[in-house]
Formats: sequence, C-alpha cells, structure tokens
Amino acid sequence: MFALLSSIPYWGQTILRLLGGSVAVLLPAGTIVYLFLFKMMSFMQSRLGPMEAGPYGSMQLFAEVGKWLQKEDLMPERADKFVFKIAPLVVLSSTFLLVVVVPFGPDAWITNFEAGVFYALAVSSVSVLGILMAGWASANKYSLLGGLRAAGQLIAYELPMILAVVGVVIQAGSMNLQDIVVAQNAGSIFGWDGLGNPYLLTQFIGFLIFMIAVQAELTQTPFDMPIAESELVSGYMTEYSGFRFLIFFIGEFATAGVFAFIASVLFLGGWGVPFSWFGWTGINDVDNWMNVGGPLIMLTKMLGLAFIIMWVRFSYPRFREDQLQRFAWKILIPISLVNIVATSVLKVAF
Amino acid sequence: MTIIGDRQQLAYIASQAADARVNVELETEGMTLNIGPQHPATHGTLRIIARLDGEQVLWAEPSCGYMHRGYEKLTEVRTFPQVTALVNRIDWLGSFANEVPFILAAEQLMEIEAPPRAQWIRTILFELSRIANVSLFLGDLGVQLGAITPVFFAFRDREYVLNLIEGATGGRFHPNFDRIGGLKDDLPAGWVDETRAVMKKMRKFCDEIENLLFGNEIFESRTRGIGVIPRDVALQYGMSGANLRASGVDWDLRRDQSLPMAWDKVDWKVWTHLDGDSYARCWIRLQETRESTYIVERLLDTLPSGPVMTKVPRIIKVPEGEAWVSTENPLGEMGYYVVSKGDLGPFRVKIRSASFNNISIVPWLLKGVYVPDIITILASLYFILGDIDR
Repeated sequence: MFALLSSIPYWGQTILRLLGGSVAVLLPAGTIVYLFLFKMMSFMQSRLGPMEAGPYGSMQLFAEVGKWLQKEDLMPERADKFVFKIAPLVVLSSTFLLVVVVPFGPDAWITNFEAGVFYALAVSSVSVLGILMAGWASANKYSLLGGLRAAGQLIAYELPMILAVVGVVIQAGSMNLQDIVVAQNAGSIFGWDGLGNPYLLTQFIGFLIFMIAVQAELTQTPFDMPIAESELVSGYMTEYSGFRFLIFFIGEFATAGVFAFIASVLFLGGWGVPFSWFGWTGINDVDNWMNVGGPLIMLTKMLGLAFIIMWVRFSYPRFREDQLQRFAWKILIPISLVNIVATSVLKVAF
Repeated sequence: MTIIGDRQQLAYIASQAADARVNVELETEGMTLNIGPQHPATHGTLRIIARLDGEQVLWAEPSCGYMHRGYEKLTEVRTFPQVTALVNRIDWLGSFANEVPFILAAEQLMEIEAPPRAQWIRTILFELSRIANVSLFLGDLGVQLGAITPVFFAFRDREYVLNLIEGATGGRFHPNFDRIGGLKDDLPAGWVDETRAVMKKMRKFCDEIENLLFGNEIFESRTRGIGVIPRDVALQYGMSGANLRASGVDWDLRRDQSLPMAWDKVDWKVWTHLDGDSYARCWIRLQETRESTYIVERLLDTLPSGPVMTKVPRIIKVPEGEAWVSTENPLGEMGYYVVSKGDLGPFRVKIRSASFNNISIVPWLLKGVYVPDIITILASLYFILGDIDR
C-alpha cells in the first residue's frame, strides 16, 4: 500500500496533497456550475444558456469569475467589518476541511483519518458559523433572518445526516472512509462479488435520507429558505458583492461537490472498482494506476450525484421554515432511527 | 385632520400596540421589515410595511404610490382617441384589455356600436391579453415559491401570444388598437389559423404548469389553507376577478352584464372554487387561462365578416354625459367612469383598477402569517403595480 508513498519525500507528498485538495474542491465547483447550472438548467428550461464566451459558451465560467473580480467591494456602513470580511472565508474553509478526509485512491488521500466520518460530519457544521456570522455582520434585516433560518435548518438536518451515516458505519465496522471504500469493493452479495457490495443496495434508506439532508445542508431548493431570493432577497448573501460573493458562490457549489464525493464514498464504493475484477483481495493488492483512475471514477460518481442534487433544485418549489423543521424531526429522524435498528439487527443476524 | 392623516395615525397606533403586545407577552423585541419598494417579490415598487415577531407578522400595511403616474389627470388634457395610449400602460401585461372599457364608455356616450366583426376581434384580443397576462402569473408563481423553471416556460409560451397580438395590432405590449366605433384594422391574412395553433400550445403550457406546480406536494403544502379569504370578507373588501371567484362567489362580468362584446355569443364556463385560499386563487387562474383558449377558438369559429369600423366623424366630439363601463380584466373588474362636457377630450375620468381594490385586503390577510407566506399570498393575489398606482 505504501509503496508509492515511500518513494516520494515528505515535502513532495505535502505539495501533492495540497494541490490535490485544491483541485478536489475547485474542479467539482467549476464543473457543477458550468455543466449543471449553466447548461443543464438552460436545457431543462428550454433556453440556450451561455453561448457567447468561447465555443458553445465553454469559457463562460472564466468570464463570470473575471466579472466578479472586477466588481466593487461593497460593505454596509454599519456592518461589523472584521466579521463581515471573515465570514465567506469561514464558509469556504469548511469545504476545504471537509475534503481532507475523502480518499481518492489507494494512496491518493490527504489524510487517512481513523474517525473520518465523525470528522467530516463535525467539520461540515463549521459553515453554519460562517453563515450566521455573515447574516449578523451585514447589519441588514434580510441577512439576519436568512442567517437565523440557515442556522436552524442546518442544525436540524445535521442529525438525520449523522443518523443516516451510522447505518453505513455499522455495516462497514469502521469510521475510516478508506476502510469503508475497501469494505464495499472487497465485499460480496451473498457470495457473488461481481459488483462488490455497494452500500447503496443495503442502505438505500440511509442513502435517501443522506441525500435529502445534503440538499438541506447545501441550502439548495427545496430547502433554500436561507437564501430565498423572492422573500429575503438573498438572505445572508444580500450585502455581499464582488470577490466575497464569489467566495460564497464557490463555497456553495464546492460543498455540493464534496458532499457528493462523500456520498459516493459512503454508498457507491468511492474510488474503487469491485476488487474481484482484477483479483485483488485487499487494499495492499491494489495496483498503483488506481491512484490516477480512482479520482476519475470518483469524479464520475460525483457528477452523477450532483446531477441529482441539481435536478431536484431546478424542479421543486421551496418549503416553508416550519414545514422543513417538521419534515426533519417528524419524518427523517424516526425513519433513520428505524434504519439503524434494522441495520444492527441484520448485521448480527448475518 | 384629513382622512388620510387619520388613517396613518391609526396605523401608527396599531403598530405601537403590536410592539407593546410583543414585548409584554413574549418578552421579545418586534422588528419592522420593509418589503419593498425594491424587492424581488413585489415585481414593481410596492412597499409592504410589516411588523414582525420572529417570522410572524403582527401588522402589515401596503404603501402604494411609488409609481403613481397621474393617468386620471392626464386624460383631461387628451382627446378621446389619445386616451387609449395612456390606459394601455395601466396593466401593462394585458394592455388591450385596458383599452376596451374606455372605448366602450365613449361609444356608449356617442350612442354608437362597433360592427359585429369588430366586437368579435375585440373579444378575441381581450382574451389573448388575458392569456398573455395570466400565463406570466403562472410562471411567476413558481419563482415566488422558489421553483425557477416555470417562469421560463411561461416566458417561452407567452411569446407566441405576444406575437399574435403584434401580428394583429403592431404592438407587442401596448397595442393601442381599439378605436371609437371599431378597430384600427382588420386581421392580417393567416392570423386565424396561427391563433388556433397557438391556442393548442397554450393548453399544453397549462398542462405543463399543472404537472409541474399544481401536482407538487410542496406547492400544495405552501398554498393550501394559506391566506384564506372567506366569501363575505372578499365581498366587503371589494375584491374582484379570480380572487373573488376563488372565494366561491360566482361573479364574472363577461357573463353577468350585457356589453357590445362577443362573450355571450359562445359557450364557456365560469370557474369557481370554494376554498378561498392561495391554492384556489392559483387554480382558478390556471383554469381560466385554459377556458380563455377555448373562448378564442370558439370565437374564431363564429367570426363574422363585414367591416371593422362604423361611421364616425373625423373629429370625435363626445356628447355631454356620464358613463360607467367595467369589464372583467385579467386582474379583476376594471372600469372607467367617464364624464364628458361635449369637448374633444373627457372632462374627468375615474379609473377603477382591479389590483388597487384587491390589495386593500392585504392588512387583513397578512395578520398572523409567517414571512414566507407573505410572498405566497401576495403572489396569489396577483397585482400589477401599474394597476395599483395608475
């Protein structure tokens, strides 16, 4: 397993990981924005989408970034300046912290952390802090309402997300994301190992709840009342412009990508292909080329999951705040608790 | 103190009392939220002053006048044929429908009547402007509730109707096509067949919106039971149009009064709903759009031949008198009270626009609702700012 790692010096590994982490955050954000937000949404709404910048508008992303960078950096007079400036960075840092534990290949991980699942779920809540800071510091009533809504919503949906993941952890017997990937790809369904054992098949309730909770965590429609442009203008982002808004924007879609990465690790077998295809038995047999192929497989799975997230986003109206809370506490949490009990019983039985 | 001053004073006292109540009962501090004048949900410059406790509205008051253009006064310095160019811009999404009642009032004073073909074409264009207007409402409804896709469908399909209006009148938004005694022109060649095809498209659009929004559980949970207007309250506040029919009042001026228009010549249905909530109002509008397409098709089937203009003097002088004509416009009852002193222009015109009366219920309706429901209710009441402020 560590054959590749031992041949690269520590500083080289560090640089590779920093680079890989940045790519793992920015690449999904870019692809999601271009592929889904620009093109798929336009297709669904029977319009063209961007066509001017580059062939078929392929350079539109760079045009947008250039536009945001040129904009004036506005700040409300009565804003809490320091908090106002730091809030988007807090939101974005939560994304970077999140990607740290995601494995992209047998050796292509940034840190191989034993309590990876626990860490990821804990760190994902840091963004709430940033959003609340942005809402409060903007000195704007809409922002404040948006920030408070976001806080209430993200806390409510943290719980079903954790409970949905518990099923996976029970089945894999580990909280390490790398071990969860290996357990799925080395596993077998009643002795047949042609597909491995992706937990999507056994934990489909957990998968559904996880995806719903992700949708809420990302404040995407139908759970987008913190932003709710028709009610709260743009919620906590109302007062932001230029580069700071860009950071929020990148943060939003990068988090969507990273959550799709995590979902693919937890439920779709992550970077791996079923080990039986190549006669591997454990992670130590996996060939080195998987360090290149793994990230590509992950990217494919991420795009599939992000497609679902965006599809729902473009088709649904949004919930009301109290309906959303009721949905979390009365439906999602009981179901995920039942799922945990069923998983534990079946784990002992088989 | 003037009446308006009194009203403001009372509103202020009410807001203070609401504050005090919040502070005493819940020991929280109220907050005044200005929704508008610049706000995405008001599609124009309506300002709603809302006193909130958390997300609950304790007291709300619409504040209009940000877009007042003084059309009633301006009509006094225009000749009768010139007035249509002004009133086009009252409800700018259904412009042609604004011209009709004014022209009818002028014709009533002059004791002339448009020839049958002109009446038919007027009714067809009236219904087309209703379809263009309400289809945009159906798309906008989605945006207000957070679904971004319907509005693009609405803009896409409304374009067909606007093309029809442009084909017949030359103006997409402001046709200015109605004349005292008839119409400016006859229909262009091929217009009738194209209209039939577009009506089929619009019915498909209605089905699409029905599948996308009205079958959606989130949409239902956002609108059912929200902003309920009981029958008697709706009547007391002078509501009209789809908002009134959604409260179970079977009242439609197209059917209930006899005007020189062609509605009574074809068979169609007035839709009502008993619930009176936001869902009912949206549902009624959807059904009415669909019904309008049938009205247009049936009118095209029976379109008479003949001239589109009666004999009128070259310089139109309207005899002395007063006339009140109102029609069932896309937004509700719209009427003109025209006083003529026998001059070239009207002496005084009072415009009764539907939206102004329809939003007068807002303070009553918004009491106790949550902030997201403000948007739902305002969207379902469906006002157009030009129609409020004139």
